[in-house]
Formats: sequence, C-alpha cells, structure tokens
Amino acid sequence: MKLKMALAQINTRLGDVPANLDKHLSLIQEARAGGADLLIFPELSLTGYVLQDLATSVAHQPVPEDPIFQPLLEASRDLDIVVGFVEEDHRHRFYIASAYLSQGRVLHVHHKVYLPTYGLFDEGRFFAWGDSVRAFDTRFGRIGLLICEDFWHASPPYLLWLDGADLMIYTSASPGRGLRAEPQLESARWVEHINRAYASLFTDFIVHVNRVGYEDGLNFWGGSTVFDPSGELLIKGPYHQEALTLLEVDLNQLHRTRALLPLLRDERTALVMREMTRILNEGRPVNR
Amino acid sequence: MIDLTINTDLARKILTGFIHTEITRAGFSRAVVGLSGGLDSSVSCTLAAEALGPQNVLAVRMPYRTSSADSLEHAQMVIDALGVQSLTVPITEMVEPLFDRFPDMNQVRRGNAMARARMIVLYDQSEAKRGLVVGTGNKTEILLGYTTLYGDSANALNPIGDLYKTQVRQLAHALQIPEAIIAKPPSADLWLGQTDEGELGFTYEEVDKLLYLLVDLRYTPEDCVQAGFSESFVHQVVERVRRYHFKRILPPIAKLSNRTVGYDFLYLRDWGT
Repeated sequence: MKLKMALAQINTRLGDVPANLDKHLSLIQEARAGGADLLIFPELSLTGYVLQDLATSVAHQPVPEDPIFQPLLEASRDLDIVVGFVEEDHRHRFYIASAYLSQGRVLHVHHKVYLPTYGLFDEGRFFAWGDSVRAFDTRFGRIGLLICEDFWHASPPYLLWLDGADLMIYTSASPGRGLRAEPQLESARWVEHINRAYASLFTDFIVHVNRVGYEDGLNFWGGSTVFDPSGELLIKGPYHQEALTLLEVDLNQLHRTRALLPLLRDERTALVMREMTRILNEGRPVNR
Repeated sequence: MIDLTINTDLARKILTGFIHTEITRAGFSRAVVGLSGGLDSSVSCTLAAEALGPQNVLAVRMPYRTSSADSLEHAQMVIDALGVQSLTVPITEMVEPLFDRFPDMNQVRRGNAMARARMIVLYDQSEAKRGLVVGTGNKTEILLGYTTLYGDSANALNPIGDLYKTQVRQLAHALQIPEAIIAKPPSADLWLGQTDEGELGFTYEEVDKLLYLLVDLRYTPEDCVQAGFSESFVHQVVERVRRYHFKRILPPIAKLSNRTVGYDFLYLRDWGT
C-alpha cells in the first residue's frame, strides 16, 4: 500500500489564528493538487509557539461547531490532516494539542504529555500536562502522534509501538540552538539521530515535521524528515525555509523489514511490565 | 580542548533571516547601524545589508574630535564595499557643552556621554528614516558588562549578541570584512589609546574560552580552575558577570497589582505578527 505524505514546515503568525488558518487552507489546496493523502502541520501550527500569556486566548476545540475547525474538517474529506493547536477542555484547562482529521471527522487528539520547563522553555507554566499516549486506526493503518518533547523521552514512542502504531508522526516547534563547527545545529542533529534510532529500534515509519521562522530571537530550523522501518532517511525538508515536502512511501516496507528483523515479534512486554512494577514498588526515584 | 569554532555559513543564514524577519514583521524595511569602523559594527552592518539590501541600510559614522582617523576610514571602506547608504554626524558639538559644564569629568563619564550621544543620533535617524537600529554588541561584552547602558547597548534587535568576540571575528572573515578591520586591536575609541583588552586586563581569546565554560557549558568556577584557568582570573570574570547583570535586564518594577509588566504580563515582542 502506498501513502503519499505532505510535510508542511510552515512559519506562523504568533497568536493570530485566523491568519494561520488561511495559510493552512492554502497549503491544503497545494497538497491536494500534489495528490497527497496525508498532510502534516507542525506543533502549534495554528497559533505559533512562544505563546506565554496568549495561550488562553488562542484556544479552540476540535469540533465541527468551532469556526477554526469547521473549514479544516471540511477540507479533510479527501485528505487526512494533522494540525497543531491549543485545546481548551470543558474544565478550561489548556493543552498543547495535535488533532488527526480524516473524512470530516476528528479521529484522534493528542495532548502533549511532556512540557519542557527548563532552559529556554517555559511550557509547564502556561499549559496543562496531557495524560495519555494512544495509537489510533486510520485508513492507512494504525498511527501514533507525539509532540516535540514527548519524543525526547523514550517511553511515549515505546508505548505507541506496543499500542500498534506502525507509523509515528512527531511534530515540533524546535528552537535552533547549539551552533558549532558542523553545518547543522546541535538541536537538529539530536532530533535526527533519535528519529533514525526510533525507526530502527521499532521498525516503524517515523515522520517528523518541524516549523520554521523566528519568534523574537528564536529560530526554528525545519528540516522535516521521514525515516523508513529500516532506519533509512527517505527525505528531508530544507533547513530554515518554508516548504511543502511531498513523498510517497511504500507501507509494504513494514513487511520486508520485519521479516528480516522481528524486533516487534520478540519484544518481551510481560518482562517489561514485571520489572517496571518491581522498580516502582521498590520506590526508585522515578517521577510522575 | 575548548573549541569556539562556529559554522559561519549557518550563522550567516540564521542571522540574516533574523534581521529580515524581525524588521519586516514590525512593519519596517530599513535598518540603521552605527558604524565605528571596528569589527562588531562592520559585521552587523554587513549582515543587515545582506538581509535587507544595501539600499535599505543606513550606516552612520559618529566621530568625536579625538576619534582615530583610522576608524572613519575603516568605516568608509565598509560603506564603499557594501554600497549602503551613509551619513556622518560628528558628536563633538553635542557632548562638549556637557563636558564644559563639568570640567572635572573623568574619562568614564565622558565616554558614557559620547556613547549616549551616539544613541540619540541613531534613534533620531531611526524615526527619520523609518528604520530599526541594529545592535552591534557581542556576547563577550554583554556578559562582561563592557558597554554603556542606554548607549551602545541600545538597539531594536541584535544579530551578534550570542557570538563571542572571537566568533564574531570568524564570521567577519567569512563576510570578507577588510583585513585591516579584523586585525586591529578592538577599541571603543572613546579616548586616545584606549583598547578593550588593555582596559579589561585580559585578552578576548582567554576570556571567551572561560566564558564559554562558565556560561555555555555550566562549569562551576572550581571546574574552570581545574581546567587550567588561574583562580584570580576566574574570580575576576565571575564577579564582573554578576556585578553588571543590571545592564542586561530591564529595570525592576515594584510589584503592587495582580498583574505586573515584567513578572506576569508575558508576551514576546513579536506578539500578533
């Protein structure tokens, strides 16, 4: 089975949701014209990243009645779309969220479970912590969604793998940092290393879509990638430039890689559970 | 080994993108740069010209009576090489009435007044030409507080403030800044014979490495001594960084209400753009 993906590494206007929606709709048209089946936007693609006190005023709910989601759901009738936004739940908690839209419906919403609150990051100050990691079924197979810091931790990708995700979609608004002699920033090298590692360790397709542009002094580096289940880099978007990158992947590569390398078949989940229970019961200093 | 090598192509790409984006999103298309003829302002001016087109950059030379002739000449070399707009506004007539009013003014007071007079000229040109003032302070001088508050530290955006002096020098080579500018001893040129390294008491080569360990790699002062720096040098630099922190932040506002600018009224400058 073939899947034509479109990676939309866009710049955004900080806190201007209608302007960002317009950009989404025009890229949806472009991706549709290019024959894409699945179009992926980066983290917080509808709002911009360093929201701070704007967080509560840019929130939406992924429902057909919402004026921002209504046109996106309409547009998802003939291609699936992943968008990033701030969700306000019915108890008025604010989450960094990604929604998977397909055939006019919301198939899944992921709330970011790891909110970096260190160094240049301050997400935990403004947002509520997501509390679940679930894979979900789509017309292209079972998929998992994670947002940026979620995949800096090994456990969310591992959970999605066990929950049946053969394709993982990671979205980011990753500020570029770590300028050294190399032609890539340290942040870009790190993310590419671990995405390749996840693809190899889980024999999964790993898609990463990162935004570009600037917010005050921060630069976002783009460089969106797709790794196949053998850990091969299939495509990489340009650094620091807006781009719609289209790529057709052959999902049958899952069959071929896993026939050679049955890591999933041999994964000893009962052992993991047993040891995890023991470690937690012994009161090791593990958080949350 | 402490390696401060940067990829200058990548720095150039990020910094020109930064200047272009941050000026245009604020509704401007032009930049104003105070061009002293030294390394830092030559680099900022060159980046601005590359980001916005030379016709959209105004380089302002602001000599004082005692400024070195080399400074003016080196600034002119940069102006000619880039093809940027230029203007020369001597500050002598601005500052001398103040000097006359206080004849006992020491060099520091005079130097500060000169740096602030230049700020007045740049911000006047900013309004006159509808361009934003592009900063020229590097990471070394910002960390050491080797700058005049509301003087040379004043700007609308600073492309080179996260590059140590020795890294600015690398970038200058890549930008093909004239060798005479790269090779001469760095100086604020506020009085005759002043050099940064003479005044600071150490070289940029030394202090950049130490600051890199302290700030970027989060070495403790003790770790730095272990790494081979003398205890007195480490202490001097650590203390300087602390003492001049006030130059790096906005003045504190006394909190009274539930929502106070600076504490819990938090927005980026790029809010809405």
